[in-house]
Amino acid sequence: MKVMAKASGTTTTPARKTLSGIPVEPVYTAADVAGLSLPPPGEFPYTRGIHETMYRGRLWTMRQFSGFATPEETNRRYLYLLSQGQTGLSVAFDLPTLMGYDADHATSLGEVGKCGVSICSLEDMEILFRGIPLGDVTVSMTINSPAPVIWAMYLAVGEKQGVDWSRMSGTLQNDILKEYIAQKEYIFPPRPSMRLVTDVIEYATQRVPRFNPISISGYHIREAGSTAVQELAFTLRDGIEYVEWAIARGLPVDSFAPRLSFFFNSHNDFFEEIAKFRAARKIWAETMRDRFGALDEKSWKLRTHAQTAGCSLTWQQPYNNIVRTTLQALAAVLGGTQSLHTNSLDEAYALPSEHAVTIALRTQQVIAYESGVPDAPDPLGGSYFVESLTAETEKRARDYIRRIDEMGGMIPAIERGFPQTEIANASYEYQHSIETGEQKIVGVNAFVEKDEEAIELLEIDESSQRHQVEKLARLKARRDNQAVAAALDRLKRAAEGDENTMPFILDAVRAYATVGEICDAFRDVFGSYTETTVL
Amino acid sequence: MLTSNYMNNRIRVLVAKPGLDGHDRGAKVIARALRDAGMEVIYTGLRQTPEMIVNAALQEDVQVIGLSILSGAHNAIVPRIMELLRQKGLDDILVLVGGIIPDEDAAQLKKLGVAAVYQPGASLEEIVDFIRSSVKQTA
Repeated sequence: MKVMAKASGTTTTPARKTLSGIPVEPVYTAADVAGLSLPPPGEFPYTRGIHETMYRGRLWTMRQFSGFATPEETNRRYLYLLSQGQTGLSVAFDLPTLMGYDADHATSLGEVGKCGVSICSLEDMEILFRGIPLGDVTVSMTINSPAPVIWAMYLAVGEKQGVDWSRMSGTLQNDILKEYIAQKEYIFPPRPSMRLVTDVIEYATQRVPRFNPISISGYHIREAGSTAVQELAFTLRDGIEYVEWAIARGLPVDSFAPRLSFFFNSHNDFFEEIAKFRAARKIWAETMRDRFGALDEKSWKLRTHAQTAGCSLTWQQPYNNIVRTTLQALAAVLGGTQSLHTNSLDEAYALPSEHAVTIALRTQQVIAYESGVPDAPDPLGGSYFVESLTAETEKRARDYIRRIDEMGGMIPAIERGFPQTEIANASYEYQHSIETGEQKIVGVNAFVEKDEEAIELLEIDESSQRHQVEKLARLKARRDNQAVAAALDRLKRAAEGDENTMPFILDAVRAYATVGEICDAFRDVFGSYTETTVL
Repeated sequence: MLTSNYMNNRIRVLVAKPGLDGHDRGAKVIARALRDAGMEVIYTGLRQTPEMIVNAALQEDVQVIGLSILSGAHNAIVPRIMELLRQKGLDDILVLVGGIIPDEDAAQLKKLGVAAVYQPGASLEEIVDFIRSSVKQTA
């Protein structure tokens, strides 16, 4: 461990670094930002923010990720959250739905409704959005492999509500690359999956212009154990891959790039996180203009959602998590996020209780209305420390991006296990630093308490599964099964060719084909993917 | 049953991810830590059914099974695994479970024969020590 002398020369302090390993000097001065060019917020390359007024013009969207048990129960939670001042919806689906299985599939046993809401068919989506006008409320949907299917259901619900697709706005996560890298909710192999992602981007560009057809995500990469630099680099490089595929599809870059969106983590190292958001905007703006020749400034502006770091929250002394979440939320706001989810104090135990999620929402509201922070766009702009960190983060991220370029792109990089290895190593090193006590985690390896008080938790039992299975049986009995079979057949033929699959998925969805049935049709055509494990 | 496994005296551990849960950060860290601690570790990878796990345990001749479940599906999955182990005469295998397991459920799992349940924040050292002190060494 390096020992560095302070300017006074009489004491020594051990070297410090950020969670990503960037050295933190004992002091930063004007010399560290000499020669820095820093355009104001709203000006290329948007380091200081994508809008001139930022939160003075409009606050970030308070968008709590939410979903559990049945669509009926989740609908009730959504109406509650909207009544409490949440400004956008974000849907969490259960594992069977995420993996393209219906609630009655053998693999779904014990999993229905546990990690999110169970959605098996259009009927469930209709229930989910009952009383929620989709022309007025923006909806984000966190789903990847079956993303086109769920999106088709969302669009079909809009139709039934009498809402024109041109008014429907929201975000579909639809970021399959990070599934192979980190979240592991892949179904099909990479190339057919990229085709489906591109189908959605193309269809949205043509038919649902206010909708963000992809949320290029770093959150999950970070949760899997990466550093902030890796999170930034792998996310942006995934973005580059999606742009390349959309261009190869024949879409002019400025036709789709304005609707690409991002999703970053907001973790513990306060200033590093702020620097990460700022560096992200700069790298993306320059990439879109210089690498891809985009001319529309909307194509240059990185718009992002942020979520505070679930992996940083502890089982021990859960009320401390309110403090962690507050700091992380503040970092995301100082970083200039467009949308924010704050985790609940019971994150390490269960899905959020109503009480816990209310505190999480109030955290955002206190920052928004009481702290004064939103009044000055990029208030840390010009800070010797933050500008130095931003520059260093940018440099290290660009280095990773270049290395992946040299490998031939993100798909070859994934195939050789590169991002997965980086993440596994970072994750192991971090755990090691906790084991040795080098990294203190309050309540876990420092200031530990015995005999903690239990907290009240949201419980999800097996009744959700029974409810969903019964509903499915009734649905299958009353729908036109011949129409379903015909639609699935046409879907498979489209999947075998190179037409955009969205119209076929929409037809199947309107006939009340299930998530499982449609994904099985795709499995028949594309096959299933098994990863090569990297430890 | 003398095999080369037992002759080199290394504890053999199967680390498995049952069900649909793809959150493998913890399982991978544990697998690597046990390896660093001198154990033979077989990591099954994701999306294992109870049948696949028990078959792997049998084939790999392990003394320990570590299950990682963060999805809330433990009450459906773990009892099934314990039942299959019993059926195959493998109930002397030490079964550990880690993940998001509420206290009441942990107590229930232990009644079914699970030796230890590790919730978030458990230390690697604690897990290694538990395995070392619990596994009966033959040969």
